[in-house]
Amino acid sequence: MMPGGRSHQPHQLHGDRRLAAGPAPAKMVPMHILVIEDDAEAADYLVKGLKESGHGVAWAKDGRDGLIQAAQGGFDVLIVDRMLPGLDGLSLVQHLRATGDATPVLFLSALGEVDDRVRGLRAGGDDYLVKPFAFAELLARIEAVARRPKGAPVTTTLKVADLELDLLRRTASRGGKQIDLQSKEFQLLEALMRHPGQVMTRTMLLEKVWDYHFDPQTNVIDVHISRLRQKIDRGFDEPLIHTVRGAGYCLRASETAA
Amino acid sequence: MPDIAYVRLRRLLDTSTFRLALIYLALFAASAFALLGYLYYATTGFMDRQTAETIQAEISGIAEQYRTQGLLRVKEVIEQRSAAHPYRASIYLLTDPFGHWLAGNIDRWPEVQPDADGWLVFPVSVEQEDQPAQSRRAIARSFTLSGGFSLLVGREVEDRLVLQSRIKQALLAGLALTLVLGLAGGFLLSRGLLRRVDAINRTTRHIMAGDLSRRIPITGSRDEFDQLAANLNAMLDQIERLLCGMREVTDNIAHDLRTPLNRLRSRIEVALMREPEAAETRALLEQSLADAEVMIGTFNALLDIARAEAGSERASFEPLALPALVADLIDLYEPLAEEKGLMLEHHGPSQLTMVANRHLLAQALANLLDNAIKYTPAGGRISLTVEPGPVISVSDNGPGIPEAEREHVLERFVRLEEHRGTPGNGLGLSLVQAVARLHGGQMTLADNQPGLKVSLDFRQISGRRAA
Repeated sequence: MMPGGRSHQPHQLHGDRRLAAGPAPAKMVPMHILVIEDDAEAADYLVKGLKESGHGVAWAKDGRDGLIQAAQGGFDVLIVDRMLPGLDGLSLVQHLRATGDATPVLFLSALGEVDDRVRGLRAGGDDYLVKPFAFAELLARIEAVARRPKGAPVTTTLKVADLELDLLRRTASRGGKQIDLQSKEFQLLEALMRHPGQVMTRTMLLEKVWDYHFDPQTNVIDVHISRLRQKIDRGFDEPLIHTVRGAGYCLRASETAA
Repeated sequence: MPDIAYVRLRRLLDTSTFRLALIYLALFAASAFALLGYLYYATTGFMDRQTAETIQAEISGIAEQYRTQGLLRVKEVIEQRSAAHPYRASIYLLTDPFGHWLAGNIDRWPEVQPDADGWLVFPVSVEQEDQPAQSRRAIARSFTLSGGFSLLVGREVEDRLVLQSRIKQALLAGLALTLVLGLAGGFLLSRGLLRRVDAINRTTRHIMAGDLSRRIPITGSRDEFDQLAANLNAMLDQIERLLCGMREVTDNIAHDLRTPLNRLRSRIEVALMREPEAAETRALLEQSLADAEVMIGTFNALLDIARAEAGSERASFEPLALPALVADLIDLYEPLAEEKGLMLEHHGPSQLTMVANRHLLAQALANLLDNAIKYTPAGGRISLTVEPGPVISVSDNGPGIPEAEREHVLERFVRLEEHRGTPGNGLGLSLVQAVARLHGGQMTLADNQPGLKVSLDFRQISGRRAA
């Protein structure tokens, strides 16, 4: 299924998250976001929530208005509903892309079929989220698409603090010490390291590592993360993998080390 | 596995049309038997009676002459008639009271006992001009004249007997031919009808497997079978309409309630973002958020099932390697199983392709693994097995499901009493079943002795029946 809002529904009782009052999510870089959504009430909560999270938000209530505002530029991310009066979300994004506008786009949709997702991404969307969704899921995904490196510079190594990942040789090391990782563990760590300091939700990790667009009912991802923690953080003073309460996981160096 | 030809013959013999054909054949054979019997009686019986009557008439004539003109006259008559029949077409013999030959064209009394009607059947030797002697059959009757003299009058009947036996053989052959033709006709007739019934059965099996769009073909002959097909099709249309209606209602409710639920959740999330001062307020909001998410989860699961049942995902079917899918799932669940102290293993061929929707199939198997891990106590063993067909099973050695409950747990929202306390919405197996049906398969729950074995059987229906 789609990355719907069920990402953490089954994880309510997972102690890990309840106890981790932990450090607030990574330093938030305020973004300028355009919300293109015809349902006024839904848009209202989106705008409120995003503002509450410290972002600047503009709202367009239909496709045509959305295209005009988006074309003026200056947005870090566009949140586009797929079903819009006037001009539907897919066509809007196709128009933008045709003019060379590469502003990251996150589609929102009430449709959940895999085909819809594929169509959305093909039209030029960067990610796709099915309503209803948890706000934390939306925030994590906007951060991920907004900070996706543009022009995709070829990187062969990823580095966070003293943790290094060699993408060609598929090896990991921390503080110069080699760490043995299995294939999926490596992919999991890679997904976290590609977005250092950003929250990765469980559904995002499941999508990136396993290419599954449904939510398992139990805390499968949590167990994988705890295994990875054993290998990455055990024996080091500074933990790199952090649990973000109500959202997911985040890999980053602590404030002092940063 | 029984021989296919035998199975097909068995099926043919089991059909009611074939039984009717057999009854018809029996009646037909009985009337043919009666008709041929009468023919036999009318032809050969007539010949028998004619011979008997002429012999009787001749005896009466000779007896009359004996009474009026005495022995000598009779002897003279016998001699005359014997001379007229040198080749023994008619047979005469006159003996004295001691059995000595007096006259006739055979030299002594035949050594046979008369039958119940007083007829003697015996061979006579016949010599025709330039041919060797032949033994031919004759029948005769004896008559005792007053004074102890015995008279034998008979006819040579070899040709007639041969003809009679020919007629008998011909009639029997005719009867046998009638039976064979009737049997063959029965086969053809019942096979023709069976084909129509088979078409109906094939369609109903597809429908039972979940493809409700199937309809029974109508041949255009406007016979009873076409009427039956048309009626069944109309009934199926009605059922499909009702099911679609129900599906639409579920869909609409889920859709309509999803939006306000989403807003509810957004509101709570925004409220939580403002970091309420009071810990109590925060806890209340968090609990409300959790409840909202459970509701949303249930609606999403319902919509997933509705979507799988609608069958629109068939468009996204693609060939996929089952071993890779299984390996990925094992990989995903292995740490969770290990954390619970369970063994998770998988068996199956290294190459097996299935045309399926990867996401739905993976989700269905994930649901089964989730359940197995949730309900199997520590130290247990869970296995994911793929067999050619394909048949994919997830089995555990946990508490299992009592046989009486197995059908029941497939219904939506049903959860076993002892699991009420654990998280879950009772829709997991319903989704698995919907996904199995979407792929033309069938889900079965069985006793793993101990434990539960859930199998998704994607073999063609006929193969499933024979197994």
